[in-house]
Amino acid sequence: MNSSVITFPGSNCDRDMDVALKKFGFKNKMVWHNDIELPKSDLVVLPGGFSYGDYLRCGSMASKSKIMKSVINFAKSGGKVMGICNGFQILVETGLLPGVLLRNKYLEFICKNVFVKINNKDNSYFKNIKKDTLELHIAHNEGNYFCSNEQIKEINDNNQIALYYSDKDGKVSEDNNPNGSIKNIASVFNKEKNVLGMMPHPERMIDPALSGEDGSIFFKNLINNLK
Amino acid sequence: MKISVIITLKKDVLDPQGKIIHQTLDGMGFEGINEVRQGKYFQIDAKEDDKKKAEAKVEEMCKKLLANLVIEDFKIIGTQ
Repeated sequence: MNSSVITFPGSNCDRDMDVALKKFGFKNKMVWHNDIELPKSDLVVLPGGFSYGDYLRCGSMASKSKIMKSVINFAKSGGKVMGICNGFQILVETGLLPGVLLRNKYLEFICKNVFVKINNKDNSYFKNIKKDTLELHIAHNEGNYFCSNEQIKEINDNNQIALYYSDKDGKVSEDNNPNGSIKNIASVFNKEKNVLGMMPHPERMIDPALSGEDGSIFFKNLINNLK
Repeated sequence: MKISVIITLKKDVLDPQGKIIHQTLDGMGFEGINEVRQGKYFQIDAKEDDKKKAEAKVEEMCKKLLANLVIEDFKIIGTQ
């Protein structure tokens, strides 16, 4: 399985993602934002970080960079594209994913482990994961997912909500909402479910000595699903 | 021509920064403030002498980059 991680000026989780993908068997290539063509890929990842210093709006500048034309075409032809944290912000700015990520409700940068409940397993990203909740790490200032009432109805009807912030038993409530996201949404798909954006960082949970192993579950499962 | 444009959050979008600014103003003793909403201001100097064409160009810039129409509105407030 071939994967590509795009590095933008200001990306800072690109190497962590490279380590994670390789650990679970992907042949990964790092791709510079100024490149025009994507290498042959089964998965393209937009990593976390602060692309272009978060100028204007998080992800807005990166969404117009040269490589993104190829990424958008790849996604529109059914290719798997995953955006983590700043990558999620970039994907909403391209319009590949619905909604937008606003400043956290209480204006704090949040950096902690959270639990997320998997809402939809009928897709390449979460199919065959036995657990219903995962413990993952979040680190963001703008993770407050927002969309209009019509959009929320549409993404609900199309089963586009991938993950909710929850407690460890999967209970979704305001108490477990770290950033004010509408309906506790932590992650969404596009309509076709080949594009995924998520605020939590699975690549930070791949080593029991450092963090936890729920990210390992995600990546092991992902490569098997893509084979 | 110099075109000035402001970007504001749509009415039903939460503006936590505006809220904190409001609270701070209250704390400083400014009385009677109902609400504070924070926005952005751009001044674009474009090589274009025709007012309509210049404004049309800026409108396109707003739609494609300067504003995110999911949460923001834009308004051209001056052209000179």
